[in-house]
Amino acid sequence: MVMNMKTKNIMIVGVGGQGTLLTSRILGGLTIKAGYDVKLSEVHGMAQRGGSVVTFVRYGDKVYEPIVEEGQADVIIAFEKLEAMRYAHYLKEGGAMVVNDQRIDPMPVVIGAAKYPESIIEDLEKKYRVYKIDALTEAKELGNSKVFNIIVLGIAAQHMDFSEEDWLTVIEETVPKKTIDINKKAFTIGYNQRTK
Amino acid sequence: MDERVIMLGNEALARGAYEAGCKVSAAYPGTPSTEISENIVKYDDIYSEWSPNEKVALEVAIGASMSGVRALASMKHVGLNVASDPLYTVSYIGVNGGLVVIVADDPGLYSSQNEQDTRAVARAAKVPVLEPADSFEAKEYVKFAYELSEKYDTPVIIRTTTRLSHSQGLVTLGERVHIEDKPYVKNIAKNVMMPGNAKGRHLVVESRENALINDSSDFSINSVEYNDSKIGIITSGIPYLYVKEALPEASVLKLGIVNPLPRRLIEEFASKVDKLYVVEELDPIIEEQVKSWGIKAIGKDILTVQGEYSANLLRKAIKGEDISVLPAAQVPGRPPILCPGCPHRSTFTVMNKLKLHGAGDVGCYTLGAVAPLSCVDTMICMGASISSLHGMEKAKGKDYIKNWVAVIGDSTFIHTGINSLINMVYNKGTGTVLILDNSTTAMTGHQEHAATGLTLKGEETHLVDLVALCKAVGVNHVHVVDAFDTSLLENTLKEAVNLEEIVVIIAKAPCALLKKGPITKQYRVNDETCRRCGMCLKPGCPAITKKEDGAIVIDDTMCDGCGLCEQMCRFGAIEEVIIR
Repeated sequence: MVMNMKTKNIMIVGVGGQGTLLTSRILGGLTIKAGYDVKLSEVHGMAQRGGSVVTFVRYGDKVYEPIVEEGQADVIIAFEKLEAMRYAHYLKEGGAMVVNDQRIDPMPVVIGAAKYPESIIEDLEKKYRVYKIDALTEAKELGNSKVFNIIVLGIAAQHMDFSEEDWLTVIEETVPKKTIDINKKAFTIGYNQRTK
Repeated sequence: MDERVIMLGNEALARGAYEAGCKVSAAYPGTPSTEISENIVKYDDIYSEWSPNEKVALEVAIGASMSGVRALASMKHVGLNVASDPLYTVSYIGVNGGLVVIVADDPGLYSSQNEQDTRAVARAAKVPVLEPADSFEAKEYVKFAYELSEKYDTPVIIRTTTRLSHSQGLVTLGERVHIEDKPYVKNIAKNVMMPGNAKGRHLVVESRENALINDSSDFSINSVEYNDSKIGIITSGIPYLYVKEALPEASVLKLGIVNPLPRRLIEEFASKVDKLYVVEELDPIIEEQVKSWGIKAIGKDILTVQGEYSANLLRKAIKGEDISVLPAAQVPGRPPILCPGCPHRSTFTVMNKLKLHGAGDVGCYTLGAVAPLSCVDTMICMGASISSLHGMEKAKGKDYIKNWVAVIGDSTFIHTGINSLINMVYNKGTGTVLILDNSTTAMTGHQEHAATGLTLKGEETHLVDLVALCKAVGVNHVHVVDAFDTSLLENTLKEAVNLEEIVVIIAKAPCALLKKGPITKQYRVNDETCRRCGMCLKPGCPAITKKEDGAIVIDDTMCDGCGLCEQMCRFGAIEEVIIR
């Protein structure tokens, strides 16, 4: 058991269908391997259908509450820009945010009832420590656009407490067998991209 | 075995049933309870099934219990309404093998039509309720529940909530206990609840309640943590976690059993603290009982009966702390929507063209109520589409419902819709029923049902033929139409609503998320021929967006290749692209 570890709060936000559940499974596997107490909170059901989804991960010596509240997140992993903006105020002072530079219009924008905000990342950078990546393009270059989330996770991993080796082991244990190699490559791309 | 693993609350509940020696499990899917069965099916020692609805599921479990084995039924809170008929009476009958009912409440309405509190139903049915707070307790409480059930001859409810069911936490795996099957004992006075027998059983129920009220103060699942005596908090389940986070200095009575309440334990705790709070999500079930015993307590005076709690909510309400956080950015909402390639979108687009109102039902297709489709007018509960349309016709006549159709999915039709259709035929109704058959229970994450031809275990089984079923109950006009054939669907619907008879149209196409293999075609907009009229935007496909300059763009990471937009375009400006 790791002792005297203050609870660390991670959030994964995105659009239903972007693979937030897979990402949280990987994080869960890691924390338990490291001997922490851990709680993860997920969204299933109706909200998953293209809606805004958020997953909370908390680990440390002893974790009670399964959710992260406003102003408490150490790291926010955002798979979509608008969702990054929606949950940015959950970040604590000094926290880091990894944002996938992808735009998915929500229905109010599609039907013209609302406008998708401009310059989201620039605005976020004024207030928060933000690392952005165009993970979708990188994933396409790798040969499978679906692994973009693991590239984003790779960047976020630089701001957490686990070794690259542990990450890769847990990824291997968690993703479908056929996709192990490409997921490991995707992670390495993110992990080696020095956050600037 | 002492292996620590991380488990979803629902997975831990399933594991608990396994370790407790449960032999039969039945359920109907419903968020947030679905994953209980999806995990139980992994244990070959337990027979598990999807039943057509929760009432059937509970009755299956009751039968198994009567025969002498440990049995489980699981459901969401509104599913318990459907199953409440057997629940109220099995409370009188009691059990032979232990009987546990897991019910998942949904504070905050993540995926439900109301925010009802299962504890209220359990109180009325006089059934004990246990409430775990995390995955570890979820597993242990199921085991405790079976012991309680057999010791006190009662069904036992385990109440979970969305937050527990869908949170992962650590559990320690144990072995499955070997429970000898009990012999079936013929006992008509106990098992046949006709008035004379039920009168006698009611007395048994009342004395069982009294015994439980007395004994429960000593149950190991309750715990008392005496700290600072200025503030004492009575709580249970998930809210306990918020209490520990927000008020680590307070004294806490954590109730493992929340019905009936362990009165002696509560009175003793109350006498030792200066100021007593009751922290419970949803209704003031504990608070009102505690106050009725003459104990002063603070609860819903400062805490809400709506939604989920949090540590900050308690910090503000109980400690009066000023939690200053940055304000949330004002951004457009992102409500759930039908997926790209969803066959329901095609059906709803045709309904809109014909200006039809939809008497709706429970499933993904309830999202037809959301703009821009906005063609589902009503949604009450499972199966209500057909019966409520029938009520409209009886109230206002055949002509009135010529611009209405009932809209119901295949799984929901099997759940309770079939009863409503029988009623429509029996009582000489007219009207059009659209069964949106995507061959799965989609919203809850794709479960099998009686009309898919597969069981929960994935074994092939008899497939209920919806056409033959509708004809058998007396519907003379049953059509099967490809949901993506918009012109055929339009013509069929037009004829149907004007026929003044009962017409069932089965709009068939598999759920877009169930398609096997990679996409073989997609669509893109030809800028040369596109007139930017916006017709293709009408179905509200999330893959199609209009740029600032008016150009229409189809996102190739989202396009599922369903071709609905191509059918909408009058200028042939949407072109098929064959992929590899």
